[in-house]
Formats: sequence, structure tokens, C-alpha cells
Amino acid sequence: MDVLTAARLQMAFSLGFHIIFACIGMTMPFLMAYAEWKWLKTGEEVYKDLAKAWSKGVAIFFAVGAVSGTMLSFELGLLWPEFMEHAGGIIGMPFSWEGTAFFVEAIALGLFLYGWEKLNKWVHWVSGVIVGLSGLASGILVVAANGWMNSPAGFDYVDGKFLNIDPLAAMFNDAWFSQALHMCLAAFVATGFAVAGLHALLLIKDRRNIFHRKALIIAMVFASISSILIPLSGDIAAKSVAERQPAKLAAMEAHYHTEKGASLIIGGIPDDETKTVNYAFHIPYALSFLAHGDFNSEVIGLDQIPEENHPPVLITHLAFQIMVGIGTFLFIVGLVYFFLFWKKRETIFKNWFLRLVTFCTPLGFIAVEAGWTVTEVGRQPWIIYEIMKTADAVTPMPGIQFSFYMTLLIYLFLSAVLVFIMYRQIKMLPVNYPSSIAHLNQEIK
Amino acid sequence: MMEFIVIVLGISFYFYVIFGGADFGAGILELFTGNKSIKPIYKAIAPVWEANHMWLILAVVIIFNAFPPIYSRMSISLHIPLFIVLIGIIMRGTAFTFRHYDAVDDGVKKYYNFFFRSSSLLTALFLGITLGAMIMGGVTDAEGISFPDKYIYPWLNPFCVSIGIFTVFLFAYIATVYIIGETETEEEALYFSKIACRFLIALFVIGGWVLILAYLKEVPFVSDFLSNPISIASWVLATAFVPLILFLMNKNNVLGMRISVAGQVAFIMLAWAAAQLPNIIFMENGNHLTLYNSVAGPSTLYYLTIALVIGVIIIFPALFYLFKVFKSD
Repeated sequence: MDVLTAARLQMAFSLGFHIIFACIGMTMPFLMAYAEWKWLKTGEEVYKDLAKAWSKGVAIFFAVGAVSGTMLSFELGLLWPEFMEHAGGIIGMPFSWEGTAFFVEAIALGLFLYGWEKLNKWVHWVSGVIVGLSGLASGILVVAANGWMNSPAGFDYVDGKFLNIDPLAAMFNDAWFSQALHMCLAAFVATGFAVAGLHALLLIKDRRNIFHRKALIIAMVFASISSILIPLSGDIAAKSVAERQPAKLAAMEAHYHTEKGASLIIGGIPDDETKTVNYAFHIPYALSFLAHGDFNSEVIGLDQIPEENHPPVLITHLAFQIMVGIGTFLFIVGLVYFFLFWKKRETIFKNWFLRLVTFCTPLGFIAVEAGWTVTEVGRQPWIIYEIMKTADAVTPMPGIQFSFYMTLLIYLFLSAVLVFIMYRQIKMLPVNYPSSIAHLNQEIK
Repeated sequence: MMEFIVIVLGISFYFYVIFGGADFGAGILELFTGNKSIKPIYKAIAPVWEANHMWLILAVVIIFNAFPPIYSRMSISLHIPLFIVLIGIIMRGTAFTFRHYDAVDDGVKKYYNFFFRSSSLLTALFLGITLGAMIMGGVTDAEGISFPDKYIYPWLNPFCVSIGIFTVFLFAYIATVYIIGETETEEEALYFSKIACRFLIALFVIGGWVLILAYLKEVPFVSDFLSNPISIASWVLATAFVPLILFLMNKNNVLGMRISVAGQVAFIMLAWAAAQLPNIIFMENGNHLTLYNSVAGPSTLYYLTIALVIGVIIIFPALFYLFKVFKSD
């Protein structure tokens, strides 16, 4: 393994690890605050218990997200010093805002977790909402910085120098909106289904448990609304990519040959040698329509892009298929949920539906990882699209392989501990609710 | 504008030392006291725990936004100690939270304790080593020299390690003084006061040792330090706090003690900053990286300043409120 590969793998693992906690940090506080709001409105204790139980989850995941985020803020330089030396001054601004948002999130979380008895109820609730809002803001700002790598703006590139820097234009680059919108919705989908799935699993064993029933309903509301909306943001993002990064779109779709009225390729294994996709399913004209809103428009294929600037087609295409496949599946589950909710409410707690939701537990996060792979791998070989190559940005220090193995080891270890600790948390959740909740009512000390 | 940014950077760094440092110190203190200090530590830091570590993120973001070449040079030349700091930050941050939130109280606590304590020590030590390497002047961008000469010896040497040890004891000292205020019995308060005094003595010994070492090694920072009136004056003032703190400890004046230690640390850091600035990284070849030769362009500074002003307006009242809610009783 060479230094570049090791650095890319280390970055990929660090981001892939952090993104899970970032998603949870962006969205879980809203579930928690929604539960508390229901408690404040209805006075039903079950909602308070739920808000407390979820807030423990938020605390654990926030802590891991905070440290893995700190790691990333250093890794940007440790692995890509050449990139940061130039990009720092240009896209540092969203990061400085993100720092503020993260700070506010930490303060509000402290108030929420430890303020149940000390704060006015509504002040307490507002602090929970602020945790969510600042988490969401952090996510949007970081994704805006990533958008800049896909769609560089806010400077003039003359003879290898970055001149006339405009941080505002850099932050509001052409990719920021579509990427941020899609990421936020994805975070809600992933977290919503993960939480719903966990409570569905517990309901299968303990069907009458009001605690898990309420939890399932709240989580599924967030999960279904966002899963029904996310195809829209996906469409906006795809059209934006088609416009800005034809190479990435071509890799996503394994679209080797430029053509008008291009067909959409579903599934299949792309073969770079023969420039064909084996075992795929084709929908005529669909790609032209999805990319440009016109069935006969021309879609640029990889043949128009110099070979050395091709992204890895196989990985990008497969990751894209996984993301879209899961997205479509969860879209359908979201629709089914709403249908059942309006028409036959009790069916939600039938075994088959609980099993279906349990099956969805990891799917949203798999889609998030796949989507992130599409964004990052699809941009290669560039770190700043059409300005700087990833290979030119990597640290001159040899031996990054060791830091990659170390990082991998730590994150695997941490994941194992986290699974263990969540398992122990879940085992403590109330069985036969509402008769056995005494331990939850003890103030967190 | 640069002055404002540097001041915010300095304040972030200072707060990271007194708040984040106290958190590290709490873990280091547990190495000496065992489980005795766990309870007052939670009372002292649990609600403000996450916020304390945001100062580091703020500082890093300011550096890579406003002074990209400094961030880049640190990242390359001090890659190894910084990476160890990161491992430490990950280990201790998660161990602290897991220890607190693990629903079951059993033998596993032992492992959380081990990771929390050892990684607190590790992080503080390597933070100090990194800072030491920045002032020692061994950092080099020379080509064609061996891996250890370029990436290891600039930080792995007696001077940098001594600065690391100094940092460890400084953090432990801050934490101990802070924890005295969270104790419930007089006996407990006395116990922690004694430990604080020992840490103070250790600081003097190590501090003296660092100076001697620096003098022998001809570290450029030391002559700057000894010839800078602000540094000398601050150093004298920091020392003058010692009898005051001992007096307040004797009177069990919690607030006075905490403020005095914060003041003492402020003077220690001022003494250091006055001697170092505007240099940030002392290079072996004499082409030091300074605030002036590393600063980003005016438009970058302009937008960063706006962001920081708004950030400060939001963060400080919020933080004040947080401390008021949990520390007022």
C-alpha cells in the first residue's frame, strides 16, 4: 500500500465513522425534543421517559461524534497539508461558523442533559431544540465546504496560485445547496429508521409496551416524511452533478458513451476494458430525462473525459446503485407507514410490519455511507475539482500506512465498545411498561 | 483585524488550558488518588465537559483559516505527536462518557478508568511535547535527511519531553485546585489541598529544569524570554500568586482559589506568549513561521473576523449561562 492509498483509506474510514455520529447528532435531538414537547402538552409521563432515554443516546453519540470530529479537523492537515495550505484561507469560513455551531450544541446539550430539575420546563425544551438546530447547522456548513471541493468557487486560479479570494462566494458554491439538502434529509431518514427499527425489534418481544409504541410512532413520523421527500433532493442533486461534474455523473451511471436520449442503467457490473455494463437493466431515455429534464438531451459519457481523469467507475456505480436502491425501498416503507397510520392504525404493531421496520434499522446508514462514497470517489482523481489532484495534496511524510492501521484499529475497537454499551442501555429500557419505570425516573446524576 | 483574530485565538487557547486542561488534569489526578476523586470530578465537570473541548476545535479552525502555512507545517513536521494527541483525545473523551453513561455498574468500570486515566496523561504529555517542539527550533523542512531527523528528533528530545511533563503537572494542578471546591468534607478538602501543593512544588522543579535544559541547549526561545520585560514581569506575578493561593486554600475560599489559579495560568501563558510572538514555529534554518509571514489574505481575515465576532457574541453569554445554572449553588 502506498502513502496515497493509505491516506485515502484513513480519511475514508474517519469520515465514514464520523458521518454516522454526525447524522445522529443532527437529527436525534429533534426526536428527543419532540417527545418532550408531547410530554409538556399532554402531561403523559411516558413521553418524558422517552425523552430522557433518548437523551442518553444523544449524549453517548454526541461524545463520540465530538472526538471523531476533532480527529477530522486535524486529519485534514495531517493527511492533506498541501490541500489545506491553499483551501484553509478559502473555505475556512464555514468551518469557523461550524465551530460556533458545535460550541452552541455542546452548551445546549449540557443544559438539556443536566437541567431537567434546574431549568424551567420550556427553557429546557428550547435547549433541546437548539441542540438539534445547531447540529443541523454544523452539518450544513461542513457539507458546504465539501461542496466547494466539488464545485470550487470564490477565487481565481492563475499559474498555480489562488488569487482574489472571496470566502463568501466559496461557501455558497454551486454544490452547497443540493448537497446540504440531500445530506440533511438523509440524516433524518437514516436516524429515523434506525431508531424506529430498534424499538420495533423490542416491540416484537414486548408487544403491549406503550414506551416502545410511542417511540416507534415518533421515529417513524420523522423517518417516513424524510424518506418520501428525499427522492426530490436526490433529483436536485443529480441534475446539479450533471451540470457541474459530468465525469462523476458518468461514473455513477456507468455511462461510457456520450449519447442523446441516453438510457438509465440499473445495477450491473461496469467493465472498464470493454466499456460496457454486464448484467444491467436498461430504461431507454430515462438518464437524459433525469439528468437534464429532457428525454432527448445529450448526456456526456466517460469517452469525453481524458482517461487519467476518470473516477473509479465500478465503486462509484455500485455505491450509487446501493444508495438509490435503499432510498427507493425506504420511500415505499414510508408510504406504507402513512397509509397504515391513517387507515388501520393497529396494523403498525402487527408482527409483519414490525419485522419490516426492524429490517430497515441499518439501511439508512448503509445508504448514507454509499452516498458519501459516490460524492468522494466520484470526484477522484481530484481533491479540488479540476484544480488540484488528490495525489498532489497528500503529506510528504512516509509511513502513513501505520497511522491508517492505527486509526482502523481504534475505530473498530470503539465501535465494539459502543455496540456493547448500547446493548447494555437497551437492556435497561422498561419491560412491561408502565409498571417498571422506577429506574428511569431517577435524575441523571 | 489580525490582532483581533490573534486575541480570540489566544483566548481560545487559554480557555482550553484552564477548562480542557482541568479535564485532562482530572484524569491525571485519578492516577494519584484512584477512585477517591471520581465523585467530585463528576460534580465539577460533567455538565460543562463537552463545552470545555470546543475551545480546541475553535483554535484549530482559526489557525487553518487565518494562518494556513502554520497549520500545514505543524501537520507535516509534528504529525506523530499530533496523531498521538488525537488518539488520546478519542480515548479519553469516549471513556469519560462511557464510564458515566454505561447503564450497568460492574467490573467494566475498571477498563473505562484505565483508558480515561492513561489517555488523559498521554494527551497532556504530547500536547506539551508538540508545543515544546514549536519553540525549540528543531522543526525542519530540509530535503534528503533521514526520517528520524525530520519527523522524530524535532520533538522527541529532553527539552520537549520536559515541557510535556510540565504540562501534565500544570493540568493536574489546575484540576486539583478546582476539585477542592467540589469536596463535601473538610477532611477531603485538606486531602486535595495537600496534593495541589505537591503538584505546585513539582511544577517549580520541572520549570527550573526546563530553563536549565533550554539554556544548555541554546534554545532561542529562552534568550527571548529572559530579555523580554513583559515575560519577566508575568513570570514574577505568576509566582506571586503562590502565597495568595496557599492563603486562600487555608481559608477554604473556593471562588478566590479558582480565580487565582486562572490568573496564575494567565500570567504563565502571557509570559510565554510575550516571548514567543510574533514567531509561532521556530525553524531550524532560522526562517521562523511568524504571524506576519503566515497570515491569509485580507478578505479571508475579514470574513473570519465577522464569524468570530458573532461567535463570541453567541458563545460567551451561552457559556456564562451554562456555568451559572450548574455552578451557582
